[in-house]
Amino acid sequence: MSSTVSATSSYWKRNQQRLAPWLFLAPGMIMFSIYVIIPIFESIWISFYDWDGLGAKTWIGMANYVELLDDEAFYTSLKNNILWLVLYLLAVPAGLAVALFLNQTVAGIRLYKSLFFFPFVISQVVVGLIFTWFYAPDFGLLSALIKAVSGQSIAILADERYVTLGIIAAGLWPQIAYCMILYLTGLNNINPEQVEAARMDGAKGWSLLWNIILPQLGPATFIAVVVTVIGALRSFDLVSIMTDGGPYGSSRVLSFYMYEQALSEYGYRMGYGAAIAVVLFMIMMVFITLFIVRMLMQERHA
Amino acid sequence: MTSFKAALALGYALTVTTAFAGELVINSDQSDPAPKKAMETLLEGFKAANPDVTVKWNNFDHEGYKSAIRNFLTADAPDVVSWYSGNRMAPFVKAGLFEDVSDLWTEHKLDDQLKSAIKSMEIDGKKWGIPYSYYQWGIYYRKDIFEKEGITPPKNWAELVAACEKIKAAGMTPFAIGTKALWPTGGWFDYLDLRVNGYEFHMDLTAGKVPYTDPKVKAVFEKWAELVKPGYFLENHAAIDWQDAIPQFVQGKAPMYLMGNFAVAAMVDGGLKEDQIGFLQFPEITAGIPMAEDAPTESFHIPSGAKNKEDARKFLAYLATPEAQTKMNEVLGQLPVNNQSAKSNDPFLKAGFEMLANAYALAQFYDRDAPAEMAKVGMEGFQQFMVKPDNVDTILERLEKARGRIYK
Repeated sequence: MSSTVSATSSYWKRNQQRLAPWLFLAPGMIMFSIYVIIPIFESIWISFYDWDGLGAKTWIGMANYVELLDDEAFYTSLKNNILWLVLYLLAVPAGLAVALFLNQTVAGIRLYKSLFFFPFVISQVVVGLIFTWFYAPDFGLLSALIKAVSGQSIAILADERYVTLGIIAAGLWPQIAYCMILYLTGLNNINPEQVEAARMDGAKGWSLLWNIILPQLGPATFIAVVVTVIGALRSFDLVSIMTDGGPYGSSRVLSFYMYEQALSEYGYRMGYGAAIAVVLFMIMMVFITLFIVRMLMQERHA
Repeated sequence: MTSFKAALALGYALTVTTAFAGELVINSDQSDPAPKKAMETLLEGFKAANPDVTVKWNNFDHEGYKSAIRNFLTADAPDVVSWYSGNRMAPFVKAGLFEDVSDLWTEHKLDDQLKSAIKSMEIDGKKWGIPYSYYQWGIYYRKDIFEKEGITPPKNWAELVAACEKIKAAGMTPFAIGTKALWPTGGWFDYLDLRVNGYEFHMDLTAGKVPYTDPKVKAVFEKWAELVKPGYFLENHAAIDWQDAIPQFVQGKAPMYLMGNFAVAAMVDGGLKEDQIGFLQFPEITAGIPMAEDAPTESFHIPSGAKNKEDARKFLAYLATPEAQTKMNEVLGQLPVNNQSAKSNDPFLKAGFEMLANAYALAQFYDRDAPAEMAKVGMEGFQQFMVKPDNVDTILERLEKARGRIYK
């Protein structure tokens, strides 16, 4: 008895250094695998089944993916996702512009800064509702303006040509504020001596911004791009609030289509929804890999 | 997925207390004011008749209920649930989550009393619930405007088109509609198909037996185009919900509205007097086809996992009685299913009752007659058609592709 105790205690003593970090990591790793890693593999696994969430699962192999390739709605969502990705990135330069504009010492600048930051603080649902009313035909401010200028009324959210653009514009409002805050903190950390030296060498305006300021804002730009790309790919709440994917599905994005197929009132095709999720995951993976590679390279340089 | 379900079930178990023995747990989604009051009336009556049963009623939000029911039916079933009849209950019946209550129907001789709803409660020859209420669909119109413009309520298609022309010429849009939530388009498709091709064809179509590319389906859309192309529906209908179109009706900008009877309450709330609103049956299109109507039925069911099935049966039996249905529907502003219930004095319910009593057959509604997946694709197609009527062929091909996949 005593020999086993001493054996275990000596095992602990011998390996304490090696085991301790794993013990500290364990809670995080368990949580991460339960809520992230295992569900990823479970989704991939479900995507090979035909399943309504209640009855028995039927193995159908790649059939969900084959159907996806021939699904008009899937391509609409994919196209919209790309549109989101490209246009949403406008938030980065726009945020920079606002940050540069606000980065001055005038009386009450803190108030202006907080006003500009305000849209990021309010919930996406509220943003969506505000813009829905803004676009509303008949009584919305924007349609009233368009009517006053052109004499025609356009219902942005009912027109398949403009609906996605309208939703992205709503999404840009808080996203610009977010990028602005990232850049404002970045601007605080700019080395004033470098700027001084550049000015002595005659740099000003665009060349000062491009050659001196922007390189120093590198980390802020990196975070802003990462956050914006991820935000664009998981754009769901605005689509759901503003149009519910309509008119006739023309403002769907992949995340919304996945929800619709798997979990909404007329859906409950778990397998098909999972297949869409897998595709979305693959697209995200491209960006995630790029970011990780970049981060690793930087760490090696440092 | 199982862990996800378990998490949801856990969340549900935390919010809803579990039953004691002798307690009847009812889950339902009567969150709107009128249905909530009607449900309270029903429960009061039931408690008076069965003082030994304690009732625990969990009232859910209407939209949230649709996903919650899937979780509580499998995880921690209550004793009675509200749901929709027709194809909407088929997934639960097929998954063995609903209890067969055919015995209640025979014991209380309900086949006669609830005759009009038998078809919508039956799957595989068994009955899966008790219907308690239904309501009519039809065209609600502004009596005062019709009188002013000298329009008589149309009886057939030609008259309807002529009335639309007249209304349009007077600077109004004939029909109010809001299709953001898609389902209002289903009402239009149902009625056009029921009138152009008849009830049997409509049922075959929603059961997936007829291709959507059939010339008869195309004929429905040709009729529909006669109203869409000249702009007889509110412009921008895809951006608004059905309630958002009510102001247009109230302000006289769109004097007709194809809707369920629940719209009357919203119209009266909007400031109209009851004598300004008229009700008319959807006009005849193909002469000689017997008139069938849309009349969605509401019902209660017993989950197969219920703990207190004895009291649940008592509750359903009470729900089926003419007295209970009379009282409840008076508050609800709808029609009792039991044909021995007292008739209402409400002019719209009277009109509805007469229409439905003489109806050749009753359809449930597109999104209850067709399976959920088909309903979604279909109504999206209808909405697209109402915006772009020229795309009818591509739309129908898409629906046909979906039909091939969904019905298998």
